[in-house]
Amino acid sequence: MSENRDVQLELGRTPLVIGGRDFHAVTEMVSSVVERRKWPIGWYIAFTISAGGLGLLGAMIGWLFYKGVGVWGVNNPVGWGYAIINFVFWVGIGHAGTLISAILYLFRQRWRTSINRFAEAMTIFAVICALVFPGIHVGRPWLAWWLFPLPYPQNMWPNFRSPLLWDVFAVGTYFTVSLLFWYVGLIPDIATIRDRATTKIRRVLYGFFALGWRGSHRHWHRYEVAYMILAALATPLVLSVHSVVSFDFATSQLPGWHTTIFPPYFVAGAIFSGFAMVLTLMIPCRTIFGMQDLVTMRHLENMCRILLATGMMVGYAYSIEFFIAWYGGNPYERFAFINRAFGPYAWGYWTMVSCNVLSPQIFWFRWARRNIGVMFVISIFVNIGMWFERFVIVVSSLSRDFLPAAWAYYRPTWVDIATFVGSFGLFMTLFLLFIRFLPMMAMAEIKGVMPEAHPHHGPDPAERRGTDLGGPTLQPAGALGRGREQ
Amino acid sequence: MSVAENRVATDKPSFFGYLVEFDNVDSLIHAAEKVRDAGYTNWDAHTPFPVHGMDRAMGIRYTKLPLVILGGGLTGLGGALLMQWWMNAVNYPYIISGKPFWSIPANIPVMFELTVLFSALTTVFGMLAFNKLPQWRHGVFSSARFARATDDRFFISVEATDPKFDAKKTADFLAGLGGSEVEALED
Repeated sequence: MSENRDVQLELGRTPLVIGGRDFHAVTEMVSSVVERRKWPIGWYIAFTISAGGLGLLGAMIGWLFYKGVGVWGVNNPVGWGYAIINFVFWVGIGHAGTLISAILYLFRQRWRTSINRFAEAMTIFAVICALVFPGIHVGRPWLAWWLFPLPYPQNMWPNFRSPLLWDVFAVGTYFTVSLLFWYVGLIPDIATIRDRATTKIRRVLYGFFALGWRGSHRHWHRYEVAYMILAALATPLVLSVHSVVSFDFATSQLPGWHTTIFPPYFVAGAIFSGFAMVLTLMIPCRTIFGMQDLVTMRHLENMCRILLATGMMVGYAYSIEFFIAWYGGNPYERFAFINRAFGPYAWGYWTMVSCNVLSPQIFWFRWARRNIGVMFVISIFVNIGMWFERFVIVVSSLSRDFLPAAWAYYRPTWVDIATFVGSFGLFMTLFLLFIRFLPMMAMAEIKGVMPEAHPHHGPDPAERRGTDLGGPTLQPAGALGRGREQ
Repeated sequence: MSVAENRVATDKPSFFGYLVEFDNVDSLIHAAEKVRDAGYTNWDAHTPFPVHGMDRAMGIRYTKLPLVILGGGLTGLGGALLMQWWMNAVNYPYIISGKPFWSIPANIPVMFELTVLFSALTTVFGMLAFNKLPQWRHGVFSSARFARATDDRFFISVEATDPKFDAKKTADFLAGLGGSEVEALED
């Protein structure tokens, strides 16, 4: 009966679904968003702006391919500029999605259920944005297939000892597994939308992607096993992805990059930035679509706590880097870090520290964790701070390495900046299409954590049969279970 | 009326089985236990979410899926190892920083990633294959109220192909389970 004990523990706190909702109300609440005939004007405005951003990205990529990488600000020695910064930024954002969907699932953190779909979608779209940059960064997209171990015309194979090739495998696997995980989670919910469809085209389209799901328990049995195994596979995968991304830096000889702390430091930062992005997206969606009963204050408060914890982890990593630079006794290393904090890119460094380490400290206060405005602002700060973290790591280390004669200051061009802005257009366009056409919360999973979903909870079945079947829920969810445990 | 006779009656839709509806998890589980104990094999429960305790109530044995996934994962691992060995140590050996042509540590990241990739693909496609999905046509969809199986209702269906199936006796048996009235399904 450990299952029941879990439920009871959950009930001791604020219930995960509030407002006295029953199963049907959950279906109604989530599906009605997808089924709206008229969409709020705000969606159209947001979509127009995002599609404009996507167009900007397309134009900038076209310009890059036409003119070559000279349109970017990269120079010698800063040969890695915005492209790698944006790549690491977007991959990192994806990580919170997998953390919520896989790691919290394995730890039986049931509060994840109403935010996991959302976060997984964010993962996939963020990884798509990330994949754009390595694809375009040499300005010769017709050679992009050289990334893969395909027989080259020169009869050469890629070098498997290079972390850049590991990245191809890590990010490619990450994208595929995230997509599968997301789709598997979606199948029962797409079936719900199919069964509620009123037009033929919806029935056919959703019916196709529901794969004929009929809620069979024999299917559910294998489905649950498969879902758990996917979560167990995704957990080490997500840790490996940002570790491999950090190897791109850590295996080089450059002071400021050549540190063993990079893999865990990058993973913590990735989760930190991803959670910030989940909050940034979730807060407006929750309000616009009236989902306050499914994404409760408790969910938001938990996310704020994770921001606080991971924010301090990156803060710890920043300080350990300095400690090792001093303790390691390498003069180049020591110079790289003094230069990082007080050199020409000090503005970037202190922006990073204030946004990532100082700003989340406000979440020590309960009122801040329960104030929508505060969390929204802090989540934006963290997004900015984490972008600057990658900027600082890439640019400050490269611009001043061993020989002062080789130093140079890096400035992005307008094309760099417009490409980065355009990648947000791509991200938001995909995201807005997602909330328009797919159920943004995992209905089947939310129903599964409601007290009525567990046998021997709530009123006796005989009693319950007398009540109106379609009526409101029998009791406020929080009142159930506590005293009735056998 | 046997199933075979019914199938012969060509242009009419054939008889698929019976469907009975429940409005809560407890009645469903108790009913499933009774169907299991009555010795039916070709039957199913349909629920909007996975109901815990149903595996035992239905007598479902644990799936073999994990074994298949292990096979998929080992294929990925072995494939990655072979690929890297053949490409970088045999077919085109690279001389880079005086390192050995063939060393496992440098190959571990790709081995790990391909193990995960192959396992995940096996998990999803194996799960679908074991479940015989996609299957867009099924007898239970002939019931109008079955649409609520993905919303808030619980169903038990017994197929006419079950060896213990008898049009009259099974209908009576299902009617006594405490659910709604029994509905006949067409294929």
